[in-house]
Amino acid sequence: MSTLIEDATRRLRTNPAAMCALLVLLCIVALTLIGPWFNPNSSETLDWSHVAARPAWAGAHWFGTDRLGRDLFARTLEGARVSLAVGLVASAVSLLVGIGYGAVAGYIGGRTDHAMMRGIEILSGLPLVFFIIFLTVIFGRSMYLLFWSIGAVGWLTMARIVRGQTLSIREREFIEAAVASGAGTARIIVKHVIPNVIGPVVVYATLTVPQIIMFESFLSFLGLGIQEPHASLGALIAEGAGEMEAAPWMLLVPGGLLAMLLLALNIFGDGLRDALDVKER
Amino acid sequence: MLRYFLTRLAGAVPTLFIIVTLAFFLIRAAPGGPFDQEQTLPPEIMANLQSAYGLDQPIWTQYRRYLGALLHGDFGPSFKYKDFSVTELIGQGFPVTLELGSVAMALALILGIPIGTFAALHHNRAADYATMSLAVVGIAIPSFVVLPFLGLLFGIYLHWLPVAGWEPGSLKHLALPVLALALPPLSVIARLVRASMLDVLRSHFIRTAFAKGLPLHTVIVRHALRPALLPVASYLPPAVASIMTGSLVVESIAGLPGIGRYMVQGALNRDYTLVMGMVIIYSTLLIAMGLLVDLLYAWLDPRVRLER
Amino acid sequence: MSPVLSIVDLTVSFAQPNGSICAVREVSLGVAARECVGIVGESGSGKTQAFMAAMGLLAANAAVQGSVRFEGEELLGLDRERLNHMRGAKLAMIFQDPMSSLTPHLKIGTQLAEVLVCHAGQSWHEARLAARRMLERVRVPEAERRLNQYPHELSGGLRQRVMIGMSLLCDPKLVIADEPTTALDVTVQAQIMDLLSAMRREFGMALVLISHDLGVVANLCDRILVMYAGRIVESAATLELLQHPRHPYTAELLKCIPSLSGPPLERLPTLAGQPPQPGATIAGCAFAPRCPRAAARCWTERPLLEDSDPADGQVGRVACHFPLPQ
Repeated sequence: MSTLIEDATRRLRTNPAAMCALLVLLCIVALTLIGPWFNPNSSETLDWSHVAARPAWAGAHWFGTDRLGRDLFARTLEGARVSLAVGLVASAVSLLVGIGYGAVAGYIGGRTDHAMMRGIEILSGLPLVFFIIFLTVIFGRSMYLLFWSIGAVGWLTMARIVRGQTLSIREREFIEAAVASGAGTARIIVKHVIPNVIGPVVVYATLTVPQIIMFESFLSFLGLGIQEPHASLGALIAEGAGEMEAAPWMLLVPGGLLAMLLLALNIFGDGLRDALDVKER
Repeated sequence: MLRYFLTRLAGAVPTLFIIVTLAFFLIRAAPGGPFDQEQTLPPEIMANLQSAYGLDQPIWTQYRRYLGALLHGDFGPSFKYKDFSVTELIGQGFPVTLELGSVAMALALILGIPIGTFAALHHNRAADYATMSLAVVGIAIPSFVVLPFLGLLFGIYLHWLPVAGWEPGSLKHLALPVLALALPPLSVIARLVRASMLDVLRSHFIRTAFAKGLPLHTVIVRHALRPALLPVASYLPPAVASIMTGSLVVESIAGLPGIGRYMVQGALNRDYTLVMGMVIIYSTLLIAMGLLVDLLYAWLDPRVRLER
Repeated sequence: MSPVLSIVDLTVSFAQPNGSICAVREVSLGVAARECVGIVGESGSGKTQAFMAAMGLLAANAAVQGSVRFEGEELLGLDRERLNHMRGAKLAMIFQDPMSSLTPHLKIGTQLAEVLVCHAGQSWHEARLAARRMLERVRVPEAERRLNQYPHELSGGLRQRVMIGMSLLCDPKLVIADEPTTALDVTVQAQIMDLLSAMRREFGMALVLISHDLGVVANLCDRILVMYAGRIVESAATLELLQHPRHPYTAELLKCIPSLSGPPLERLPTLAGQPPQPGATIAGCAFAPRCPRAAARCWTERPLLEDSDPADGQVGRVACHFPLPQ
């Protein structure tokens, strides 16, 4: 198991695209965390003397300001922070739900498994996005709903994979040993099954994180996600799209940052998958 | 073959049924929604509701009425556009979205398949790396970033194309939205075809085709393409789903009067019936797409056709 | 009479991430018109790759040196168009696995007819008629029905007949058959070998028969070449090779064929050891580790292919320091 990780790390290190992407990711994260220290402006102060100003050194508005005079640098970074936070939390949620569901279905097997898989089949047939929008209409835009619904985007595939892996592991000897020593089902699932399905899970996690960040931005872009006064990259892009003609930087800055973030995540994910996957492409 | 198709159809019906039922009960559960008894709504809306839903009747009767209405394509009255039924609104917007979506899908296939094939034929050379890098960009960047950027470039700086607006039959107005919509599925298709084509080109029957002295284009088009397209067929339902979700954004930005824009407006305005109708329409479309793909599979691989 | 196929010092190697693997080493051979030559060797002996090189079917990472001339024309490095003009028409190849060698989604008729449409400029209608006649010639019953079927609807033997027919459509001068019966049942094997024999009589083409099975090759071929570790180690007329093998490897191969007329055996005879890894560079004779006659010289000095002075007066060669006496 550890040689697999060593091999994978080595392959990853020799992949220039993936390493670049990792660097970009780390820069973005660093920027969102320490950026505000370099810039005196907060994302909420309205600077009436610099409304819709072009990027300039004046007033330390390096990326310009928006319609209300708020510093774009600060707002974009906050937007990035929010997107990253939501992305990670929701990914964690979808991972947990997916792994749990899949492990239980795979381990218990039989009719329970069959029923659970049928459930997944039905859910996969639905256009989840639309249903989630429907839910936001019905229940309003609470953060709580947002986290869970965004998490719902990724867990189905995860559950399927984990269930498949669990089924194949179930028959192996160490499971028999654990059962023989009197371990309960839950304990077996947690301590034995889960550690062994980590491989493919990591692979799909790399697909899920950018998917979720994209989905969150999508919702906020449409006005259905995180809204004023909080900034989210999606909402900022929507604002910027409206001001495209007069103040293009309002679009280019958050749009460019989101694009870079997603691109870096995708490229790094590709690299990670190539490193873990034995087949050469 | 027919039996196989009917079995699949039978499997799809429960899914649709669940969606429809879920929608029915969800709407009634909405706090502050149309069926919340504590609500005070404008009298016209209340009157519409009464006549449309028979709110004084027991819930199962309401349910039956609802199902019956659905089968006739009646989704009820809109909550915000007082003079329109949801069905009318859908009828207005659907052709626009259909045009947008089908052109985008066609573009994705017409460009994606050759690009993927080209990359496979130039495996591990510059052309391969170049096209696949572009494909990653196409997949990673969402349409609500691509479209404004395209609009900025082609509309505002270059003045080649209009940024927004819609005139029926106008190609110019469709160009950028279609491009933004088609880019993600196009990129996925290119990657899929490349991988699949590389696989197929290693097959023994391709070796035979070359041994027969057939020219390269014949080998690719007649012998390699159909098996290579199987993964693309599997990808079609997600592609359609991607175009459907993309249309929400693209229509809103570009101001196209399609059902996507109605859906977004409906969501923002809390027009419950409109959104519910949209959800059912989209779901039905997706399920229909899945069934079509099964038929496509049978054509691509005769073994499926004859053994069913 | 100039040979139909003339291979001189052919070397084929494949580039790998960690060095390159040499599959064919300095192989030289000739095939005369109407002649049937058998190529025998274990897997990895290079027998298939040598002829893949002739047909231009090698993998992308292959490096080829030497010369392969077909009717005097050099095939290696030939431009695509000219190569396509020749292969499938004047020089054809039949492969081992008829199921995976036919395109699954095209009808048999289409796969046959396209050869004529492409090479003979025929219309699809004419080509299909010709295809049906060919199916009849290769003894496929109900030819018309078969034309409209897909490969998976035919049995292995029938598919191989189709492959054979496909190779003969343009009346080639040379047909290369790579293990044509290996994937088939024993009874079907005999039928296919009979078919090849009959086709040879009817069409008069030269035939190269590649196999790991001496028995298959013995019946049909005028001459046999034995390959080991990428090199030819012996060549002789068939009867001479079977009765008086000169190379120890050939002798061991012959011993492995159980005889119906001999005493009952307790164990089937086998050759001890394994052939060398395809990539390995070997000093001396590659067969030395497994050779019952090996001496010190065999380990250091590679034996060259030399005239073996066979008893039947025909051309024979052997690459051995201590060949078996006549």
